[in-house]
Amino acid sequence: MSGFARPLKIALGLAVIAALIIVPMNFNRYGLFILSQWAVMSIAAMGLNLTLGYAGQVSLAQGAFVGIGAYAAAIMTTHGWPLPAAILVAIVLSFAIGWVLGYPALRVQHHYLAFVTLAFSTLAFLLFRNESWLTGGIYGISNIPRPHIFGIATNKPLPFYYVCLGSLAIVSLAVWWLIRSPWGRAFMALRENPLRAQSLGIDTRRYTLMAFAIGSALGGVAGALYAPLTQYIDPVPFNLSLSLDLLLMVIVGGAGFYFGPFLGAMIAVLLPEWLRFTEGYYLMLYAVAVMLLLIWSPTGILGILDRYLAERRTKAASALRAVAKSRLETVQ
Amino acid sequence: MSNLFDLLVAGLATGAIYALVAVGFTLLWQTSQTINFAQGEFVMLPAFLMLAAMHVGAPFWLAVILGILLSMILLGLAFKLLLVDPMMRHGVLPLAIATMALAIGIKEAVKQFFSAEASPFPSIVPTGDVSILGHAVSLQSIGVLAVAILAVLGLTTLLNRTSLGHQMQAAAQNPTVARIIGVPVERMILLTFLINAFLVALASLLITPIYLAKFSSGEVLGQAAFIAAIVGGFNQVRGAIAGGLLIGVLDNLAAAYVSTQYRAAVPMMFLIAVILFRPQGLLGRAEERTV
Repeated sequence: MSGFARPLKIALGLAVIAALIIVPMNFNRYGLFILSQWAVMSIAAMGLNLTLGYAGQVSLAQGAFVGIGAYAAAIMTTHGWPLPAAILVAIVLSFAIGWVLGYPALRVQHHYLAFVTLAFSTLAFLLFRNESWLTGGIYGISNIPRPHIFGIATNKPLPFYYVCLGSLAIVSLAVWWLIRSPWGRAFMALRENPLRAQSLGIDTRRYTLMAFAIGSALGGVAGALYAPLTQYIDPVPFNLSLSLDLLLMVIVGGAGFYFGPFLGAMIAVLLPEWLRFTEGYYLMLYAVAVMLLLIWSPTGILGILDRYLAERRTKAASALRAVAKSRLETVQ
Repeated sequence: MSNLFDLLVAGLATGAIYALVAVGFTLLWQTSQTINFAQGEFVMLPAFLMLAAMHVGAPFWLAVILGILLSMILLGLAFKLLLVDPMMRHGVLPLAIATMALAIGIKEAVKQFFSAEASPFPSIVPTGDVSILGHAVSLQSIGVLAVAILAVLGLTTLLNRTSLGHQMQAAAQNPTVARIIGVPVERMILLTFLINAFLVALASLLITPIYLAKFSSGEVLGQAAFIAAIVGGFNQVRGAIAGGLLIGVLDNLAAAYVSTQYRAAVPMMFLIAVILFRPQGLLGRAEERTV
C-alpha cells in the first residue's frame, strides 16, 4: 500500500469515515441494519484475520465465538446488566475459551486444525441449542435491550448503528496498534517460519495461544454487539456456516491485509443485498462471484491491489535503472 | 440385545454410505490436495439430477444411468477443469474456500430450480424385512451394504491390482517421480475426480431413499464424510472405509444410548480425540508435516 502518498491516504481514510457517518443518516431501517451488520461482521472477521491472516492458524470456529459473545450479552443484558459489562464478560470468556482451543494448534496444523475447530464449532452449536435453561434452546432469547450510551438511548436504528461503527473504530485502532507492536511481528514470524521464529527466541507456544485467544475475543465482541442489534437470538445464526462465512470474508478480502476483513465483510454482507433484485438467484450469483474472484486472485481483493502496486513499483524502479544506466554510458 | 443388533446393522448401512463419500474425499486430497467442502452437496445433487430425468419421462433405471453420467461430467470433469485446475497451484486454503462457495451455489441452484421441499426418492432395493439369526433386518440395509461393499471392493481392486491403479497411486504419492517414469499424472488426477463423482452419485442413490431428497441434506453428509476421512486416516482408502463404518455405527449408537440432542456431539468428540492423540488417523500412516 506504500504506493500512495501519505496525505492522499489520510484524506481517503477521512473521506471514508465521514461517508460512513454522514451517508447512512437518511437510510431506512433495513439499510441501517445491514450496515450495522457489516460493522459487526468486520469486527469478527478482523479477529479471524489476526488468527489466520497474521498468525497463520486456520480456525473454523470464529462463528462459535460470535455465538458465545452474543449469548453472554443476551443473558446479561436481559437480566439488567449494562452492555459494556456484557462486552467485557464476552471478551474474557471468548479469550479464555479461545486460549484453550489454541492448544490443539500446538500439536496439529493446517487441515487437522481446521477440523478440530470445526468440531468445536458444532459442539458449541449443540450447547446453544440444547442447554435451554441457559440459552432458551431453540426458542432463543428475545427482547434484548439496546444500551444507553452517555445517557442517550440507542433504541432507534441510527444511534445503534453509531454504536456499532464506534466499536468498529475502537477495535480497528486496537488491531492497528497490535499488528505494529512486537506482538504483531511475532504473529507474522509464526506464520512465515515458526522454526526460525523459535530460534530467534520467540515463545511460539505462547504466541500461538495468544493469536487464538485475541482473535476469539474479537469474535466475542462482535457477538456482544450482534445480540442487541437483532434484539433476538436463537442458535441458528451461530451454526457452522457462520464460521465458514467469516473464513470466506477473510480470504476474499485478503488474508493478512489490514483492510481485508472490511472488504470481505462488505462482500459477504452487502453483495447478496445488492444482488437481491435477481430474487431467488442472488445467493447463487454471490457464490459464482466469489469463485470467480478466487480463481482470478486467490489472495483476495487486496491481493489484486497489492500485485498491481508491486508491478508499478518494479516498473518505476526499472525505469530509474534505465535512466541511471544511460547516464552512466554518456559519462563514459 | 436385539435392539443393539438392529442398531449395528443400521449403523453399518449408513456407515457404508459415509465410507463411499469419505473415500472420494480422501482420493481428491491425495491426488490434488483438494479439501472439498462441497462433498456433501456433491452427494445431494445426483439424486436431483435423477429426479429431473424422471420428470422428463425417463424410466428409473435410465434416470439412474443418466444421473450418474451427468454427475461425472458436472462434479468430476467440470469441477476439475473449471475450479480446481486454475486454483490448485495457489495452495490448499483458497481452493477450500472456493469449494465452500461452490457448496452454497449448488444448494441454492437446487433450491431454485427444483424445490425447497423434501422429495421422496425411489429405492433401488425392494422394501421389506428378512430374518437373519432371528432378527428382522430391512432389505434396504442389506442392499445398501451390498452395493457399498461391491463399490469399495471394485475400487480397491482397481487401485491395488491393475496397472491403472498403480499409476494413480504413483501420481498421488509422488507426482514428480511419477511423471519421470512416464505416468500421465494429469490424466490420473482427472480419473480420481471422475471416480469421486461416481462414488458420490452412488452414495446419493443409496442414501436419498432413506433421508429424502432435500437441498440442505448435504451439510450433515459432508460433515460425516470429513469426520470419517480424518478418523480413518486422511491418506488411506481403507482408513476412510473403516472411518465411515465406525462413524455410522457410533452415530446410531449415540442416538440410542447417549441422547438424541447430543447425538451429533459424539462423533465430534471422537474426532477431536483422534486428531489430538493420533493425528494420522486410526489406520493412516504419519505424513511428514510441514513445520
